[in-house]
Amino acid sequence: MWPGIRSFRQRRYQMTSNRSWTPYLLILPSVAFLALLFVAPLVQTIWLALSENGAPSLANMRTMVNDLNFVPSLRNTFLLALAVVPVQVAIALAMGTLVAKIGAGRETILWIWTIPLGISDLAAGMVWLAILQNTGYLNSLLFGLGLIERQTAWLTYQTPVALFVGIAVAEIWRGTAIVMVIIVAGLNQVPREYREAAEIFGAGPWTRFWRITLPLIRPALQSALILRTVLAFEVFAVVYALGGRNFPVLVGEAYTWQNQNQNYGVAGAYAVLIMVISLAATVVYLKAIKVDPERLP
Amino acid sequence: MKTFISAAMLTTTIMAFTSPVLADTIFLSTQLRPIEEATAVREQILQGLEGKVDYVVEEPPQFAVRMEAERQAGTHTISLVGALHGELSPLADKESLEPLDELATKLAGRIPQSLLDLGKLGKQTQQYIPWMQATYVMAAHKDALQYLPEGADINALTYDQLIAWGKTMAEKTGQPQIGFPAGPKGLMARYFEGYFYPSFTGGVVRTFKNPDAAAGWEKFKELWAVVSPNSTNYDFMQEPLAAGEVMVAWDHVARLKNAISAAPDNYVAFPAPAGPKGRGYMPVVAGLAIPKGAPDRAGAEQVIEHLSTQDTQLLTASLVGFFPTLDVTLPPDLDEGVALLAGAVNAIQTSKDAVISLLPIGLGDKGGEFNKVYMDAFQRIVLRGEPVADVLEAQGKVLGQLMADTTAPCWAPDAASEGACPVE
Amino acid sequence: MSAASATPANFPSSRRWLVWSGIAALCAWVLVPIYLVALGALGGRQGVYQWPKTGLPTGISIEPFLLFLRSEGVTQSFLNSLGAAGITVVLSIALGAPAGYALARYSFVGKDSYRLLVLLTRAFPLAILALPLTVSFIRLGLYDTVYGVGLIHTVLALPFAALVTQGIFLGVPRELEEAAWIFGCSRVQAFFKVVVPLAMPGIVATAVFAFVISWNEVFAASVLTVRNRTLTAYLLTVLSESPMHFRFAGGLLLILPSVVFIFAVRRYLFAIWGISSK
Repeated sequence: MWPGIRSFRQRRYQMTSNRSWTPYLLILPSVAFLALLFVAPLVQTIWLALSENGAPSLANMRTMVNDLNFVPSLRNTFLLALAVVPVQVAIALAMGTLVAKIGAGRETILWIWTIPLGISDLAAGMVWLAILQNTGYLNSLLFGLGLIERQTAWLTYQTPVALFVGIAVAEIWRGTAIVMVIIVAGLNQVPREYREAAEIFGAGPWTRFWRITLPLIRPALQSALILRTVLAFEVFAVVYALGGRNFPVLVGEAYTWQNQNQNYGVAGAYAVLIMVISLAATVVYLKAIKVDPERLP
Repeated sequence: MKTFISAAMLTTTIMAFTSPVLADTIFLSTQLRPIEEATAVREQILQGLEGKVDYVVEEPPQFAVRMEAERQAGTHTISLVGALHGELSPLADKESLEPLDELATKLAGRIPQSLLDLGKLGKQTQQYIPWMQATYVMAAHKDALQYLPEGADINALTYDQLIAWGKTMAEKTGQPQIGFPAGPKGLMARYFEGYFYPSFTGGVVRTFKNPDAAAGWEKFKELWAVVSPNSTNYDFMQEPLAAGEVMVAWDHVARLKNAISAAPDNYVAFPAPAGPKGRGYMPVVAGLAIPKGAPDRAGAEQVIEHLSTQDTQLLTASLVGFFPTLDVTLPPDLDEGVALLAGAVNAIQTSKDAVISLLPIGLGDKGGEFNKVYMDAFQRIVLRGEPVADVLEAQGKVLGQLMADTTAPCWAPDAASEGACPVE
Repeated sequence: MSAASATPANFPSSRRWLVWSGIAALCAWVLVPIYLVALGALGGRQGVYQWPKTGLPTGISIEPFLLFLRSEGVTQSFLNSLGAAGITVVLSIALGAPAGYALARYSFVGKDSYRLLVLLTRAFPLAILALPLTVSFIRLGLYDTVYGVGLIHTVLALPFAALVTQGIFLGVPRELEEAAWIFGCSRVQAFFKVVVPLAMPGIVATAVFAFVISWNEVFAASVLTVRNRTLTAYLLTVLSESPMHFRFAGGLLLILPSVVFIFAVRRYLFAIWGISSK
């Protein structure tokens, strides 16, 4: 779903059209729509962030950088992305490998695993609040096992590690499904002959995984990583539901400046920052995971 | 293609359902927002009116934006607004409220004159009709009373006594038992603006960074050591009180009511503690006003009259815990929890050391940033342990800039100012 | 590929047991939290304060959840969400599918720029975009309407629809289309008679996805509406100030439809991603 991944490949199949305006006619409605409702407000937002009373100014950027929550929110957002994305990819790979080994019930199991795909971050926050709050199920379980004597608070500013883990677990719960779908789809396309050939030559399961499967699903992995990382930088509702203001993140700060403080300039500055970070991450992935078009299945 | 067509038809059908019925009187309120309170307003408090009233709620910052957008665009949908005194005053400053003198004349004698005059917002004509009153109090589970320091009168606590009480409770029960609503939707900022600062400094803005304030913050750090660390997650204290997570809490009366009304025999309600400069307390007055250009002025007036009857006001008190503006005594058979809270309010009003602090006035849409100054100071001094003097200096600068930008003059308990209220 | 053929014959049963326990654990990981929030939603106010909790379905009834459904605004916002999602589906397919077809079948200058535009929409938190739109929407009379929300949700769903339909059209063999031309169909006829029927399942799955995107979006919807809130926007405003059991009920109400949606498209899910990440 990302540019650059498939463009080489597709050129081989493209029709040569004698009516060259047809494709432009076909994309025109969507371009016009996005220009009107995406590009125009985007430019307005950037201007909002970089101006003060109608003149170019870095005042909003300064307010943002000097705010007491700026550094923590930047740090938290990055830490969360670093903790969550690799675990999600690992779980997704485990799911893909497990499901490849079974026949009956495969479809039902895949359906169950994809349910979180349709769950909004707001709902995911509610779900994990039910588990992690003071009189919640985690405390009840620990109490039942005799591990704690009374209700323990996990989501406070005094327990930053527990709070971080709680938020990360909720994010992993919700966000793994999309990675799994992309990776399973990628695995489905790995021709069986490749593995069977490797098996004949005596490769063990780990070697087969590292040497055959992983390189072949590189494009899928790249898509999944880009998508998940961009989404990880936009994390907000889960954090808000679980930690409130105890765990500031970038989008949360943008939301607070916009909604509670009614200062759109600073909110815009945060938005621009998030966009720059997301684009940078995308470029890094595109460069780091080189997809060789000729090795695609 | 069939899918598209059927989806489009589905959509059109739904749109027909959702488009607003124009005949409704739209009543926009910043008060009684929580779902249970709003349901009580819709299903019980607004019953018995002829026309249909559409009760919509909005948080204060969005309320200000919304009213300003309607004023600028010149298209009005809202016929009646219910909001706090301080939220209505910027609307009156922009001449966007209809004068309500006829209604005020009708209600004179039933609403105390001093309260009714507040609704003029310093103008010649009546800008709003006082709707409900409330304030903030403390509540404690009766189990906590055994730990009260010796000789302490619960209706005249000092900060030192509260700290001693908290220490004993923490020692005896194994965890801190005092709670504050310092969560994202909690009203903690009001604690600093209406209770902490007036009690310790006798002011709010002028005294923001003076030596009294610095001493007060040191005292508050002592108190915070015996406050439940979950407090930064609490939005409404009735929940942790009812769940037994804390035994003592400070909050808005309407946000304590559910816990106390559910088990009135288990709780006591009492005034917030006093500091060196007295016992700060913040009365809250909500008013009803009609915006200029309201599409249904007659309907809005009917709603105001309905809400100003004695029956409706007593019903409101028992359902949502806001007290009447009418000059009535609460009947003894009223909801027991509300009666307890009313007792605490009475104790503050009659206490000799009370320092009245008003809600911020004239800040317009900067109310959120004003609260942020106090909450940031709290976060930095108490939660992050930064040096008090540095934080007050830095936050004081932000506050000074904010007051200069809005040119809001001082309000009580700060001494009146010429022009913008200064940070001294 | 069955476990027996993929593993040495020595420990087939223990290996099989390992696979199934892994699968069971991961299923529990997904399902147990949903079960627990359902308990919270059905347990009412008292259930929230119960300590310690057993995790067993005792003391639950449908009553608290029904009470939540009956509270003013819930049904209306549910309908609003359906309306906004309906508009999103129609617009994103109507605008996105032609673009997907162009990307799949033609080579043209500016193709990569178009893809970049699409990528940008994902890299930017769209909630913030709703801000400058507020002013224009008020002027156009779109503010606080389901149409306005549908439009901004289409910005989210349209790029997705364009890229996924590209994959779907790539999956329809070009030869079939060419054969239709030879038999005298015009390009437009060939498209509707040959391509559309083959691409339909994928397009329906894309439509369901667009629906889910709109259904779950919170912030743009809350910025752009006041009275005509969508369900998520409504829940965001009221839930943060509501007691716990209401929050859980709201969470459950948001989850239930998505379970059904995902079930409806489970077959195409992997197909469309497989094609589009090729």
